[in-house]
Amino acid sequence: MNGPAFDRREFAIGLGAIVVAFSLDPRLARGQERLPGSLENNRRLDAWIRINAEGTATIFTGKVELGQGILTALAQIAAEELDLPLSRIEMISGDTGRTPNEGHTDGSRSIENSGTALRMAAAEVRAMLIDLAAKRLGATADQLTVAGGVIAAPDGRTVGYGGLAPAVDLRRETTAKVVPKTTSQYKLVGQSVQRLDIPAKVTGGAAYVQDIRLPGMLHGRVVHPPRSGAKLESIDEAAVKTMPGVVGLVRDGSFLGVITEREEQAIKARAALSGGARWSGGTELPNTDTIYEQLLSLRTVDTIASEKQGSVRPSRAHLVEATYRKPYLAHASIGPSCALAEFRDGKFTVWSHTQGVFPLRQDLAKSLQVEPVAIRCIFAEGAGCYGRNGHDDVALDAALLARAVPGRSVRVQWMRDDEFAWEPYGSAMVMKAQGAVADGRIVDWQYELWSGPHGVRPGAPDGSNLFASWNLAQPQKRPLARNIPLPAGGSDRNAIPSYDVSSYKIVNHFIPEMPVWVSSLRTLGAYANVFAVECFMDELASAAGADPVAFRLAHLSDPRARAVIEAIARKVGWTNSEMGDGVRGRGIGFARYKSLASYVAVVAEVEVDHGSGMVRVPRATAVVDAGLIINPDGLINQIEGGIIQSVSWTLKEEVRFEQGGVLARDWASYPILTMREAPIVDQPSKRTFARCGRSVAGTCGRRCRQRDR
Amino acid sequence: MATNLTVNGVSRSVPAEPDAPLLYVLRNDFELNGAKFGCGLAQCGACTVLVDGKAVRSCVTPISTVARSEITTIEGLGSLSKLHPLQQAFIDEQATQCGYCINGMIMSAKELLDRNPRPSEQDVRAALAGNLCRCGTHHRIIRAVLRAAQASGRTRT
Repeated sequence: MNGPAFDRREFAIGLGAIVVAFSLDPRLARGQERLPGSLENNRRLDAWIRINAEGTATIFTGKVELGQGILTALAQIAAEELDLPLSRIEMISGDTGRTPNEGHTDGSRSIENSGTALRMAAAEVRAMLIDLAAKRLGATADQLTVAGGVIAAPDGRTVGYGGLAPAVDLRRETTAKVVPKTTSQYKLVGQSVQRLDIPAKVTGGAAYVQDIRLPGMLHGRVVHPPRSGAKLESIDEAAVKTMPGVVGLVRDGSFLGVITEREEQAIKARAALSGGARWSGGTELPNTDTIYEQLLSLRTVDTIASEKQGSVRPSRAHLVEATYRKPYLAHASIGPSCALAEFRDGKFTVWSHTQGVFPLRQDLAKSLQVEPVAIRCIFAEGAGCYGRNGHDDVALDAALLARAVPGRSVRVQWMRDDEFAWEPYGSAMVMKAQGAVADGRIVDWQYELWSGPHGVRPGAPDGSNLFASWNLAQPQKRPLARNIPLPAGGSDRNAIPSYDVSSYKIVNHFIPEMPVWVSSLRTLGAYANVFAVECFMDELASAAGADPVAFRLAHLSDPRARAVIEAIARKVGWTNSEMGDGVRGRGIGFARYKSLASYVAVVAEVEVDHGSGMVRVPRATAVVDAGLIINPDGLINQIEGGIIQSVSWTLKEEVRFEQGGVLARDWASYPILTMREAPIVDQPSKRTFARCGRSVAGTCGRRCRQRDR
Repeated sequence: MATNLTVNGVSRSVPAEPDAPLLYVLRNDFELNGAKFGCGLAQCGACTVLVDGKAVRSCVTPISTVARSEITTIEGLGSLSKLHPLQQAFIDEQATQCGYCINGMIMSAKELLDRNPRPSEQDVRAALAGNLCRCGTHHRIIRAVLRAAQASGRTRT
């Protein structure tokens, strides 16, 4: 890590942006003070923390572990403020019966929102414990010292948190007035402590929702339609019902599933059920070759994301135009989506690897036509999801099957083709840029993008975003797709360049109704927009006859942005206007995630095999300024992963279609980066992708505007 | 129909058809979590176990074909209280993100180290080329396997 910055001021700036985004909250009208992070909507101390008689603390968070290490980081924050060792912190996460409602775990907001809430709440609880100890020890609070959950008076007498536990009453709202530790006081925060979840994951411990075994548990599988919106006309019920182990079939409108005693029986029964099912109608899928033409022809809602009129473009300016395209991408989780459900005494319990137990419960309640209080959603980790994949949908599948066998729990796991064909993809996008340079400066920047929605998740007010709910005999409405508003943005995330440009216009052509189901894939529109913006910067630099690094610095006044670029140039030994040797070359990319979070610069080495046309990225180097870092190795792990995954997206991935259906069905039809191909990542970047476009141009003189198949 | 299987040294009769894939029997009858369902097509490697020392894809292995074999899962390598060098190395390198693929990585690496105790980075990449990781933990996984090889080498000498 290049100079991890422990800077509370910067952290507070990030929070300020969040506050602005929610400034219409009705609480303001009631005169209630706005509280930091997720405290705003979960104000009671006991929503977050419980002090136990054993001297431990139980921490409750609505944010969930997706493999990003968040529970370890949140535990570090809580332990730090409570002055407890990490081993005496128990984390409870994502349970509608027990934890705060923090919406979805998405948008890289967990440290900012849940972490801030825990920091403030823990500081307050620690102060309460000290006050209680002061009374008990007959001292004043400022005379006491705290270490390892033990409070000591100057005379050497002590009392532990466990002894104070019965007396500390957290059943009240936080004041949010207790000042937490300063960064210079941190002992645990900022340390690369080992992740709490890894030991179980390398020893076959019960680590995942897939590993939950309930007494008398049955197994389920579902049969998806061949096309979105297809109607189930008939099934061969008799052929399936007599198969070994079949407990029941569930057909509700065009939803179809089977329940069996054993898992392999469910897989066989699903195949038979699928073979005998007759479907009609449904939405025709695009042809792979016309995806982009189709995007440009669909109905759009147009907004100007940002605009600035500068002076008239000088006649001597060089004009540059480019169009960039991003295909539909799959989340392609290694573990297909899985959920367990139980329907007992009119109430559902659902175990899910959803990113948001509360929004999921809302959509489940609508779909199952029960009150939300009749459903408890409990999070259990799944395979990495990288956004909204099938995790929410399979939870409804499991609940629909469990409803048919009251009192028995049902475990449903999607098969590989279910996941590939029926997860909502990251939207295909088209980006058109026009620009002009004169005297080494960008004098004009026009940018338009076309994209479907990126935030199609449960929790919408006007319908349900669970796949099966649209196919039931009494179907739920598909909510109106909305773009996630700026400054974070959805399709237009990072579409506004961070560079100083005197005259620009950024237009977002948002496509609410897409021919393919799409939702949130890691970084939303930022992947495509950063690719386009950074490639275009290189094209402009080339037109200006300037070095890509120098050209970027010439258009950046933000000192933190400049710092990461200057640092990476030093780190990799960037030489002015360096060019590749025809086979190997390097390119630089820069972004500030969401235009308001971490600053990242990446240099990627790229190799081109002129014979096969194959492009490789053998090495990528990154410099990141992420502000306050809770767990440096956790950040590095995420950055390495983000780089490697985005190299995979950029070099290899594309969901292909034919009119009959999705062609991506397995790892052969949707290949991803393999162990042989993975680049060495020297140092980390935050949720951006190694910049292959510029490197390809620098290497072989051809610009990369769309990955060739 | 029942088949007798020996897993991690424990023999048990399981009430499954002979063509039942080993993966589901390991997970549901032996109640072992290590081997994971990833694709059911022998493409991703998440379900990898050792059968008589060889790494196989349990998702496409009918139980009838392994009834006379010694089956070893990741639980058979080591436990929280007594970690195998590979498990220890994956913790030391913090070589997981979601960790769903890691069972397969460790079991394939076990087979590699058994036949080649001092692999190069390229050897590790080749041995794990059929194991897919989506989180992008590739480099840490490679480092962990090399670290385990070094640790094992020290133990032997």
